[in-house]
Amino acid sequence: MLPADLKKNLQTKIATVSHPRELVVDVLFDIQMHYGHLTDEAIHEAAELCGMAPVEVEELATFYTFTFREPVGKYVIHVCDSVVCWMNGYQTIREYLCSKLNINMGETTPDGLFTLIPVCCIGYCDRSPAILVNRKVHGSLTPAKLDQLIEKIKMENPAHVE
Amino acid sequence: MSNKYPQILFQNRKPDRIATMAEYKESGGYQALADALSNRSPAQVQEEILDAVLLGRGGAAFPAGRKLETVAEDAPHPRYVVCNADEMEPGTFKDRVLIHADPHMLIEGMILTGYAVNADKGIVFIRPEYEGAAKILEREIRFAEKEGLLGENILGSGYTFFIDVHRSGGRYICGEVTAQLNALEGRRPNPRKPPPYPTQKGLWGQPTISHNVETLCCFPHILRNGARWFRDLALTETGAGTKIFSISGKVNRPGCYELPMGVRLSEIIEVHAGGMVEGSTFKACLPGGASTGFLTPDFYDIEMDFDTLRKKGHRLGTGAIMVFDQKTCLTAATVNLLEFFARESCGWCTPCREGLPYIKHLLTLIENGQGSEDMIPTIKKMSAQLWNSYCAFAPGAVAPVESLLVYFEGEVREHIKLGRCLLGD
Repeated sequence: MLPADLKKNLQTKIATVSHPRELVVDVLFDIQMHYGHLTDEAIHEAAELCGMAPVEVEELATFYTFTFREPVGKYVIHVCDSVVCWMNGYQTIREYLCSKLNINMGETTPDGLFTLIPVCCIGYCDRSPAILVNRKVHGSLTPAKLDQLIEKIKMENPAHVE
Repeated sequence: MSNKYPQILFQNRKPDRIATMAEYKESGGYQALADALSNRSPAQVQEEILDAVLLGRGGAAFPAGRKLETVAEDAPHPRYVVCNADEMEPGTFKDRVLIHADPHMLIEGMILTGYAVNADKGIVFIRPEYEGAAKILEREIRFAEKEGLLGENILGSGYTFFIDVHRSGGRYICGEVTAQLNALEGRRPNPRKPPPYPTQKGLWGQPTISHNVETLCCFPHILRNGARWFRDLALTETGAGTKIFSISGKVNRPGCYELPMGVRLSEIIEVHAGGMVEGSTFKACLPGGASTGFLTPDFYDIEMDFDTLRKKGHRLGTGAIMVFDQKTCLTAATVNLLEFFARESCGWCTPCREGLPYIKHLLTLIENGQGSEDMIPTIKKMSAQLWNSYCAFAPGAVAPVESLLVYFEGEVREHIKLGRCLLGD
């Protein structure tokens, strides 16, 4: 169940707009932040808040790139595989990340810290190859830079075991 | 950097931070708004924009002034202005740079558009990857409200207009105007088939004007300096204004450059983007994002404006130039582009949903050396049929495929003959 304060926050926000459903993506993002991903319960809660049928919310939750219908790691790494990154070494970046984290694309590390997902052009072609870590961009990547990035996250999450 | 051309949209661009509202005002910002509200009727604003021949910078090149005119004077309220900041066309990043350079230019452009059609509310629809830009806009909108430039009774004129920022959940199809309206309404973002056109019945069934970020940013300058001035910025007779080119790929200085419409491709690459990277020679480029066709060395000196490219059977699109070198296999590049389109297809109509993965599969086989000659006519036929799909997504998706088979058919056939890719790993 959603914590009372989160629910109240969302209700207050929704009360300010003319059509509650216009906020459904914002609501899904906030609820996702709470649960980590969009559980069945989350879909129903979002639907109720926005005055929508659960199936309409499901249509969106399964459609968008940044809504997760399955559990994901604490850090979701989106690896851009569109044409400019592809040309500038995406494959090296992908292979390096997969081997460093010891998972394939679409998988989550056993400790629940990282998920790797391919993503379409993120609009940072001037800094390719680029990735997003929890929607924050990191560009002009090299294996050394990736090492730094991953190690830093690991250090900040010493006891992270699912 | 050697840029001899006037900087209009980038006049306040700084290397490390955004321009403040004070800096924007210092450079003449919000003068056009004050002048329009007290001295011009909405019809006069429309006329100036029409006269400036401002063509939509989001890729479709529709005349912005004509779009404004399609909102009937007696159309119902509320009326909406939607700013399309969903920039998801591969290779395109100009709108992100523009918002980070000078956000008040966009805000003023939206208010002016609102005034031109007597709209009540503006909404910036922004992709979630641009969260930084979304936050900037939210903050600067509040600053504009505090100064009476936005909100109730703007500058005492009696005109009221609000702006909200709407975050997308992230999908390429949301950049399509009618799909974007569905997204804004919290519906699955399938495109809608006009008529009715959004300017008659758009968001929530109300009259809605949608413009790209860069298009909106041109409004204040046109109104302050005049349509004639704007047209004269271009180097070609048919062009008007400047264009933000986002250039990437095998060049030394990838980035965004504001250049006059009609500047030559060769100049963009050699002078502004610092030339090809060492060891690379120009093989081809996509001139305006992933849904445009390849320009070969024969087009290297072409004047980059909507009309010149159209006359040669090409499209300027978003002006996102992606440069490929002689070491890059364009068959493989096209497979990558198809992967993008097949993944991003919203799935609503059959030709697009089923056709793109099919074409991608055939081209992948060819790239991997497992192709056969009969696949080429099949790909051509399938590509032609994708023009029957519901919206402009699929015709855009096959643009690179069709041009690959026009200009590089020999290279594609070589894969089949040799049973491998000559340029592959």
